[in-house]
Amino acid sequence: MLSHPDLAKLIFGRLTLEALPLHVPIVMWTFVVVALGAIALLGAVTYYKLWGYLWHEWFTSIDHKKIGIMYMILGFVMLLRGFSDAIMMRGQQAVSFGASQGYLPPEHYDQIFTAHGVIMIFFVAMPMVTGLMNFVMPLQIGARDVAFPFLNNFSFWMTVAGAMLVMTSLFVGEFARTGWLAYPPLSDIMSSPDAGVDYYIWALQIAGVGTLLSGINLLVTIVKMRAPGMTLMKMPVFTWTALCTNVLIVAAFPVLTAVLAMLALDRYAGTNFFTTELGGNAMMYVNLIWIWGHPEVYILILPAFGIFSEVTATFSRKPLFGYASMVYATVVITVLSYLVWLHHFFTMGSGASVNSFFGITTMIISIPTGAKIFNWLFTMYRGRVEFELPMMWTVAFMVTFVIGGMTGVLLAVPPADFSLHNSLFLIAHFHNVIIGGVLFGLFAGITYWFPKAFGFRLDPFWGKCSFWLWVSGFYFAFMPLYMLGLMGVTRRLSHFEDSSLQIWFLIAAFGAFLIALGIACNIIQFVVSFKNREALRDVTGDPWGGRTLEWSTSSPPPKYNFAFTPRIHDHDAWWMMKKYHWQRPLSGYLPIHMPHNTGAGFFMAVLSFVLGFAMIWYMWLLAIVAFVALLVVAIGHTFNYDREYYIPADEVGRIEQSRTDLLASHV
Amino acid sequence: MSDMTTSMTPGSGGRTEQLLFHESTDHHPANGTLLGFWVYLMSDCLIFACLFAAYGVLGREYAGGPTAQEVLELPAVAVNTTLLLLSSITYGFAVLAMQRNRQNPMLVWLVITGLLGAGFITLELREFAHLISIGAGPQRSAFLSSFFTLVGTHGLHVTCGLIWMVVLITQVLKKGLITANKRRLLCLSMFWHFLDVVWVGVFSFVYLMGVLP
Repeated sequence: MLSHPDLAKLIFGRLTLEALPLHVPIVMWTFVVVALGAIALLGAVTYYKLWGYLWHEWFTSIDHKKIGIMYMILGFVMLLRGFSDAIMMRGQQAVSFGASQGYLPPEHYDQIFTAHGVIMIFFVAMPMVTGLMNFVMPLQIGARDVAFPFLNNFSFWMTVAGAMLVMTSLFVGEFARTGWLAYPPLSDIMSSPDAGVDYYIWALQIAGVGTLLSGINLLVTIVKMRAPGMTLMKMPVFTWTALCTNVLIVAAFPVLTAVLAMLALDRYAGTNFFTTELGGNAMMYVNLIWIWGHPEVYILILPAFGIFSEVTATFSRKPLFGYASMVYATVVITVLSYLVWLHHFFTMGSGASVNSFFGITTMIISIPTGAKIFNWLFTMYRGRVEFELPMMWTVAFMVTFVIGGMTGVLLAVPPADFSLHNSLFLIAHFHNVIIGGVLFGLFAGITYWFPKAFGFRLDPFWGKCSFWLWVSGFYFAFMPLYMLGLMGVTRRLSHFEDSSLQIWFLIAAFGAFLIALGIACNIIQFVVSFKNREALRDVTGDPWGGRTLEWSTSSPPPKYNFAFTPRIHDHDAWWMMKKYHWQRPLSGYLPIHMPHNTGAGFFMAVLSFVLGFAMIWYMWLLAIVAFVALLVVAIGHTFNYDREYYIPADEVGRIEQSRTDLLASHV
Repeated sequence: MSDMTTSMTPGSGGRTEQLLFHESTDHHPANGTLLGFWVYLMSDCLIFACLFAAYGVLGREYAGGPTAQEVLELPAVAVNTTLLLLSSITYGFAVLAMQRNRQNPMLVWLVITGLLGAGFITLELREFAHLISIGAGPQRSAFLSSFFTLVGTHGLHVTCGLIWMVVLITQVLKKGLITANKRRLLCLSMFWHFLDVVWVGVFSFVYLMGVLP
C-alpha cells in the first residue's frame, strides 16, 4: 500500500528513514542511552504499579503546588540536556585548533549551540521560574489555588509538549542551525530547507501558548485572590516580582507568537515578510523578536530578585530594607525593559540618535537594579546573618551579578558594542547575569522552599559541595570568555586557527567540568536528602523562621493550603502572626470548595505535540486529524460543567488534627 | 515593618486583642474569569499590533506588483464593515436579553449576530479569492503578505468567534441561562466587540489609507 508514492507522501510527508541519525555515532549512542533510561524508568513505574498514582495524583492534578513541582522537574531534566550541549561545545572549542577539527562536524556543532540556547531559556529557566511562582505565590497571598486551575495544568503540559518536540529533533531529523533566535534570512526556507527551523518554530509556539496562559492565570490570581487585608503594598516581594513578571509575559509573548507566525508563513506559505526579495525586510524580524527578547530576560530575573529578597530578609532576621523602593525598582525595571530592545543590534545602523537613546535607556536600568543590590546589603547590615545555603547563593549572586551588570553597562555604550558585538565578551556577559542571577536565584529558591514542598530539608553538605563547584566553575568557565571577547574572538565558532588562544578555552572547559561536578552534587543531594528524609524532616512548617504566609501552613501544605483564609495586617504577615502569638484555630472548620482534577489539558497537549510534529514533517493528513481532534477535545471540555467539589469539614478537621498531633509530638 | 505595628506591643492586651489573623467564615475570592479574559484580549491585541506594525513597514513594498490602490475595493469593504458593525449591535441586544433572563430572544439575537458574522467572512473570502485569481496572492509582494496576514488573522478570529457562538447556543439550549453560561456569553461579547474595534483599525489603516495616493 505504502509503495504508492503519493499515499506515502500524504501520510509521512517528507519524513523518511534518512531523517533518523543512523550514521551519526554520537547521536546514536545518545539515543541508546536515552532509550535505555526511558525503558528503565517506564519499567520501574510499571513494576511499582505507579501509573494510576501518577495519573490521578500528578498528571491530571490541578493543584498549583503539584503543577509547580512538575515544572521544576521538567526544568531540571532539561537542564541536564542543555548542559550536555554546553559541555560538548566547551570540549569542541578546547581541542579544535589548527590541524585538529575537534570531534563535532560544523553542522552538528551549529545545532548544538542553537539547542543549548533554546533549551536553557525556554525549557530550563522558564519552567523553573514558572514552577516557583506557581508553587510559592498562591501560598504567599493566602489563596487556595490559582484563578484558573485547569488552565494551569494545560499550560504545564503545553510546555512539556514543546520540550518534547525539541527532544524529538535530536533523534528524528535535525534541530535548527541558526542560533537561538533564528534570524532570517538564514532561517528562511532557501537557506534552511530542512526540518530544523520548523522544529524550532513549533516547539516555541506550542510552549508559548502554555507560557502565555500561565502568565494570564498567575496575573489574575495575584490581582483577584489575595487574602483579605493584603493590599498591593503589603504583598511579599516575591509576589510583587511575580506580578511584574507575569505582566511582562502577557505583554511580551504575543510578540514572539506573531513574529514566529510570520516566519512560519514565510517558510510554509511563501510569503515575503523577511525574505531578501519582493520587499521583505529581515531587520523587522530582528526588531520584533528582541521586543519580546529583552523583556524575556527580565521575566527570568525579576522572580530571582524576589527570591533573593525573601531569602535575605529571612536569614538576616530583619524586615527587608526599603520595601517600597524594592517594589518601585521592580516596576521601573518592568517598564524600562520595553525601551531597550535595540541595544541587541546597535550594528543595524539605525543612526547615532537612535543608538544613543537605546544606549542611555539601557544604562538607566542599572539604577533600579543597583538600588536593589543596596537594599539587600542594607538588609544584611546589622542583621544576624545565618549562612544557610539559600543565603550563600544570595551572596554569590550579589558578587557575580554586579560584575555581569557592569559588563552590561559597558556593552550599552554603542561604540564599544560595535567592536564587542557578537563576540565572546557578549557570551560571557549574558551567562554572567543568567547563571549568576537567574540560576543562582533558582538554586536559592529551590533550597529555600524545598522543605515547604516536600516536608524535609535538602542535605546541606552536598548542597555546599554543589554551591562551591557551581560558583568556582562559573568563574573558570566565563572569565576567560571575557578575555577572548576583548581579543576579538567571535561567538559560535567550531574551529580556531590561532593556537595562542587555546589556553583560554582549556580553562573554560575546566570550568564547565567543575559545573558538571556541581550538577552531579545536585543530584546526589536530592538522593541523599530523600534517604535521610526522617532526619531532615520539617514538622513545624517553618524551618527557617520565615516571614511570609507560606510558612504558616504545614510542610507539605494540605491540598487546600489554609484551613482558614488568613487575614493580613502588614507585610511579613507570618512574622507578625508569630509576634502576636497567633493560635492555630482547632475547631470551627468549614467545607472547602476545590476544583476537580481533569485529564483534558494532558490530552490537548499530546494532540498539540502530534499537530506540531505533523506540521514539521509536512504530514498534512495527520495535521488535519490532530487539529480537528484538538478542537473536539477543547470544545468537549467546555461541556463539562461539574468542575468543583467540597472537601467536607470532617476531612479538613482530620487533616488539621494530624498536624496538631505532629506539632505536639515535636515540641 | 510600618509604624502601625511597632507602635503596638505584642501580647499586652488593648488593641492587640482586635487583630484577627484568620477569617472564621467561608471566604470566596471574586471570580476572575472576566478579568482574565480581558487580559487575554489585550495580549491578543498585541499580536494584532505586531501585524499592524509589519503592515506599517511593508505596506508600500509592492515589489513591482499590484499596489493597494489597484487591488483594494472600498465599496465591497464598506458592505463588509457594515455587517460587522451591525453584528456588534445585535450582540449587544443579545446581552440585554440575557440580563433580563429572556433566553429565546437572546438566542435569536445570537443567531442574527452569527449570520452577520458569516456574511462578513463570506465577503472576505470572496475578496481573497478574487485577489489570488488576478495574481495578487500573498506570495506576490511584502505588501500583499502583510495585507493577507493582517486581514486573514482578523478573519480567523471572527471564524473562531462563530464556532464559539455555535457552541454557546448549544450550551444555552442544554443548560439554560445559568451563571457559567452567562459568564461565557459575556466573554464572547468582549471578544466580538474587540474584533470590531480591531476591524475599525484594519479598515482605517489598511483600506482607507491604502487607497490614498
